[in-house]
Amino acid sequence: MTHMHVNLKVNGREVEVRAEPRTLLIHLLREHLDLTGPHIGCDTGHCGACTVDLDGRSVKSCMVFAAQVQGAEVTTIEGIAGDGGAPHPLQEAFREHHGLQCGYCTPGMIVRAWRLLEENPDPDEEAIRYGISGNLCRCTGYQNIVKAIRAAADEMNAARETEQ
Amino acid sequence: MSEQAAATTEERIEKLQGLGCARKRVEDARFTQGKGNYVDDIKLPGMVFGDFVRSPYGHARIEGIDKDAALAVPGVLAVLTAEDLKPLNLHYMPTLAGDVQAVLADEKVLFQGQEVAFVIAEDRYAAADGVELVEVEYEALPALTDANRSMDEDAPVLREDIADKTEGAHGARRHPNHIFTWEAGDRAAAEQALASAEVVAEELVVYQRVHPCPLETCGCVASMDKVNGKLTIWGTFQAPHAVRTVASLITNIPEHNIRIVSPDIGGGFGNKVGVYPGYICAAVASIVLGRPVKWIEDRMENLSATAFARDYHMSGKIAATRDGRITGLRCHVLADHGAFDACADPSKFPAGFFNICTGSYDIPSAHVEVDGVYTNKAPGGVAYRCSFRVTEASYFIERMVDVLARKLDMDPAELRRRNLIAKDRFPYTSALGWEYDSGDYHAALDKALAAVDYPALRAGQKAGREAFERGETRTLTGIGVAFFTEIVGAGPVKNCDILGLGMFDSCEIRIHPTGSAIARLGTISQGQGHATTFAQILASEIGIPADRITVEEGDTDTAPYGLGTYGSRSTPVAGAATAMAGRKIRAKAQMIAAYLLEVHEDDLEWDADRFQVKGNPERVKTMAEIAFAAYNQAIPGIEPGLEAVSYYDPPNMTYPFGAYVCVVDVDVDTGVTDVRRFYALDDCGTRINPMIIEGQVHGGLTEALAIAMGQEIAYDETGNVYGGSLLDFFLPTAVETPTWETDFTTTPSPHHPIGAKGVGESPNVGGVSAFSNAVNDAFAHLGLTHAQMPHDHWRVWETAERLGLHG
Amino acid sequence: MIPAAFDYHRPADLAGAVRLLAEHGDEALVVAGGHSLIPMMKLRMAQPGHLVDLRAIESLRGVRVEGGTVTIGAMTTQAEVIASGPLVDACPILREAALQIADPQIRNLGTVGGNAANGDPGNDLPAVMLALDARYTLEGAGGRREVAAREYYEGAFATAREDGEILTAIRFEAPPAGHGCAYEKQKRKVGDYATAAAAVILARSGGTCTHASIALTNLADRPLLAAEAGAALAGTAAGEAEIAAACAAAQAIAEPVSDGRGSAAFRTRLTGVIVRRAIERALATAA
Repeated sequence: MTHMHVNLKVNGREVEVRAEPRTLLIHLLREHLDLTGPHIGCDTGHCGACTVDLDGRSVKSCMVFAAQVQGAEVTTIEGIAGDGGAPHPLQEAFREHHGLQCGYCTPGMIVRAWRLLEENPDPDEEAIRYGISGNLCRCTGYQNIVKAIRAAADEMNAARETEQ
Repeated sequence: MSEQAAATTEERIEKLQGLGCARKRVEDARFTQGKGNYVDDIKLPGMVFGDFVRSPYGHARIEGIDKDAALAVPGVLAVLTAEDLKPLNLHYMPTLAGDVQAVLADEKVLFQGQEVAFVIAEDRYAAADGVELVEVEYEALPALTDANRSMDEDAPVLREDIADKTEGAHGARRHPNHIFTWEAGDRAAAEQALASAEVVAEELVVYQRVHPCPLETCGCVASMDKVNGKLTIWGTFQAPHAVRTVASLITNIPEHNIRIVSPDIGGGFGNKVGVYPGYICAAVASIVLGRPVKWIEDRMENLSATAFARDYHMSGKIAATRDGRITGLRCHVLADHGAFDACADPSKFPAGFFNICTGSYDIPSAHVEVDGVYTNKAPGGVAYRCSFRVTEASYFIERMVDVLARKLDMDPAELRRRNLIAKDRFPYTSALGWEYDSGDYHAALDKALAAVDYPALRAGQKAGREAFERGETRTLTGIGVAFFTEIVGAGPVKNCDILGLGMFDSCEIRIHPTGSAIARLGTISQGQGHATTFAQILASEIGIPADRITVEEGDTDTAPYGLGTYGSRSTPVAGAATAMAGRKIRAKAQMIAAYLLEVHEDDLEWDADRFQVKGNPERVKTMAEIAFAAYNQAIPGIEPGLEAVSYYDPPNMTYPFGAYVCVVDVDVDTGVTDVRRFYALDDCGTRINPMIIEGQVHGGLTEALAIAMGQEIAYDETGNVYGGSLLDFFLPTAVETPTWETDFTTTPSPHHPIGAKGVGESPNVGGVSAFSNAVNDAFAHLGLTHAQMPHDHWRVWETAERLGLHG
Repeated sequence: MIPAAFDYHRPADLAGAVRLLAEHGDEALVVAGGHSLIPMMKLRMAQPGHLVDLRAIESLRGVRVEGGTVTIGAMTTQAEVIASGPLVDACPILREAALQIADPQIRNLGTVGGNAANGDPGNDLPAVMLALDARYTLEGAGGRREVAAREYYEGAFATAREDGEILTAIRFEAPPAGHGCAYEKQKRKVGDYATAAAAVILARSGGTCTHASIALTNLADRPLLAAEAGAALAGTAAGEAEIAAACAAAQAIAEPVSDGRGSAAFRTRLTGVIVRRAIERALATAA
């Protein structure tokens, strides 16, 4: 089997990709679908720069084969903005609280934080630090990332309350 | 316009978002949305991929290379070896340190991970398949991985290509594995100070081999356009112009036909200053194949082959009076440079600015001597988030002062206070030859000690030690005090160059007719936020809001020539150029305003964003009005347009400083350390953007934590490298990283146009010392004078074991 | 880092998986969460010609707590273990140990079966399974059999699992209500294997420790059951002398290698410290 057709849903859109089974999900996204938001930082599953959401769970897309995502639903950093492309509260909060510098870890970090806030809408500092412990950042020392995620949680919770 | 006129000067200054404003970063919108453009994001029509075959041996002779099986892999286009590069004379390339480095191993491999062959294929999967099938036959040779043995009589000769050269780029070589000896200071005076001293403390301080490890590895896309003969290389370059010039010199392609572009860079920290074989191979492959070639290293390649840092073995002696007045300092450094001398230092400084090692102290006599040697390790020697060898120097003196404090039985903060250079001594010329531009060290130390309530910390430590003695706890607390002086902003062209390229920097400004602007610089951001901060400098200089100024860097076809971003040189050098270019704009604007207002230039005064007639605030011309007139109104004697360029050759380096205090709790039974508190006071002169400064300090401290507490690229005696993946190379997560407290004083640089000094690297320089001093301090009362880094669990436990704490 | 090419199979049921393994022999490898195998494939230290992915086999998923017996399907993820209320109630040490595995993303894909099956001495769950005296169900062309976890591990990546067999489930008797337990792990950072780790499960009645089992992670080429250490506590008041004896017994069987986590001497001595902390914490949690 040299190539196969992989059908999946990426950022809400059905796509079909022809790829070798061994193609890593990160390469499928970046090279076949031109979604270059997720990055490769370590190749061994330690850094989390390639983090995407796969069927409702945060995963490291350098540790998943294209063949394994047949029928799956994937969300990348490109897919978390609101209607009309309005930045997600996390995207705003990272900017507002200086939660990034070189930007390389940022897409993985935000997509992880996005799922974390789904799992736990009101995390304390410790929960945030453990929640993003699969994502390395070399620039910020995490302090402002933690602050940004907490601020986004507040923002999102306030918006939910208003809705209700 | 009327509304604007009504605004007060203060209101208008605020709108500019200039100096001192915690302006949000303009870079962040694209990064937070996954729209950055890093080198691996670049995709060109017809692009192919290159991948390396690397040496599994630390030292071996290459008996043969068989490419056939690799070439048979579908999609593999070519396999390059040294034999293929020889006709082009590209099998070796010049290093930044005046040595040469094999692009592809020529007959011998000299370190594990060295580049042996370059496989080019249609995609990266086929390239990797090809790499696996290149058969290389090796004859293993004895490896040399202990720098202390490099100059032994019976040491294996590593560099056969230069074995009989007795003269290197930096003077005489005493041994085939010797690179240089470099010294500074007055040897006789320092010896005399030591001989006559009341107290002498002595220590071997080793700063282990580490790696900058930015989250993005190195890589490039090289594209030769055969029709017009132009070679374009997009890559992870911290110094794009220098790369262009060097590329032109080694390929003989005229410099105008080479375009180097640094796109977004995912962190550099010194890793991306050097020129690596991957860049050369990709360029050659593109020239040969006529197609764009991408090369991206993986993390293991990054850690084991490109750009280590440190590996300094520093033997020191420090002399003092009994009451704690330091009288002299000597240091000999054995510098392990690996298999090729590829250190990234200004050419006249083969040991960088290590002679800043008298630190922040008024030491009357000092002498340093550095011997660089070859070993079977990766080349590099980059300034990992510090100016050239400054963190080594700072670590050395800060440990030596603590060692001396033990010997004198004096509080280490007090010993520092007695020896810090007094405010009224600036500009201060050190015994090792630097002119420190400015400082108020005592104020910084006092503020830091007060902020942490230092006496209370010491009292708590004493109580804890007593409880430990009574068997009530197995935790010891250490308090690390560190004071540092950086030397950054290289540098004055009279003594700072890299391969003959003067280390000035540049800014070119073009004001658009409607009063917005673009500024281009010779530097390149790797996360520092230049697009945000340089616009702020300019906003304050020319009165155009920062939001209306585009800052562009990294494309050698458009940016003015400059030496790039490393060694905290962007703000001191390119930031100065920005201010100076802004002042040229303002000078011309003043002439135009004078014409428009029909007054003499001298009758005008600058007011935030406009010129007004002195004594008549109703008669004004805003910068926007002046810009429009500059392009669209015929003004006698003044040519149209409003542009300026400044090439800034700094008169001196800048000398940021700071005082750090670290409190660490050490579990003596497990060796686990817990940073309970870390306070960092930085003085980087004028503060351009406090938010960005704080972010830089957080990040630098986290890197310092990693270095002090765990990072090490180690080799075994056969040349195998350890620490070559992120499983073993310590990058702390959010869980291991403590909360940082930041603070500041402001002592502007007297020679910098806006008084700024640079900050990005200070926290690494000061932080490593503070962590190490704290861990050592935890055991100080038990007789420990110095334990080597990294202070990981194992080594901390071993210290406790040696001190008999495990019963 | 790019893996070699392979053919991919995603059987819908266990029989299909077993058939594929039988068909392809040495050429085939099973992938569960992939976090052990895929890095090895990317390093080309593993080059299966056929990859048999178990993810579609529903029968391998889920946790059942019936009476006193716990059964965990091999494809249950570590994240699912952490979130499984009944399991955590019955056997809290599993949650504690699972939380020490790698990081959140990896636990989302990493499975209980994968962690237990492959014989990596750095994995955290095997020691817990030894302490629980769990039994592994293995299914292959030759049928189904059960192997005690305590008999399963033979060396680094060497186990009692035959080629062609799949670990399908793990079964154990839940420790008695009110038992005490702890999984104490020292590591360099989140994501690291243990420098030293110990699982302790014990029960008390009156002033007596009625049962104690202790097992060690990453302190030899396989997980170790510290039987003598457990015996030193069982039937005693678990006072200072007995705890010291247990720690000494555990330390005596540790045979760690020297690596980036420290010298063998350090890791051996650390064993005693970690076991003590685990025992003390387990005693504190026991009713």
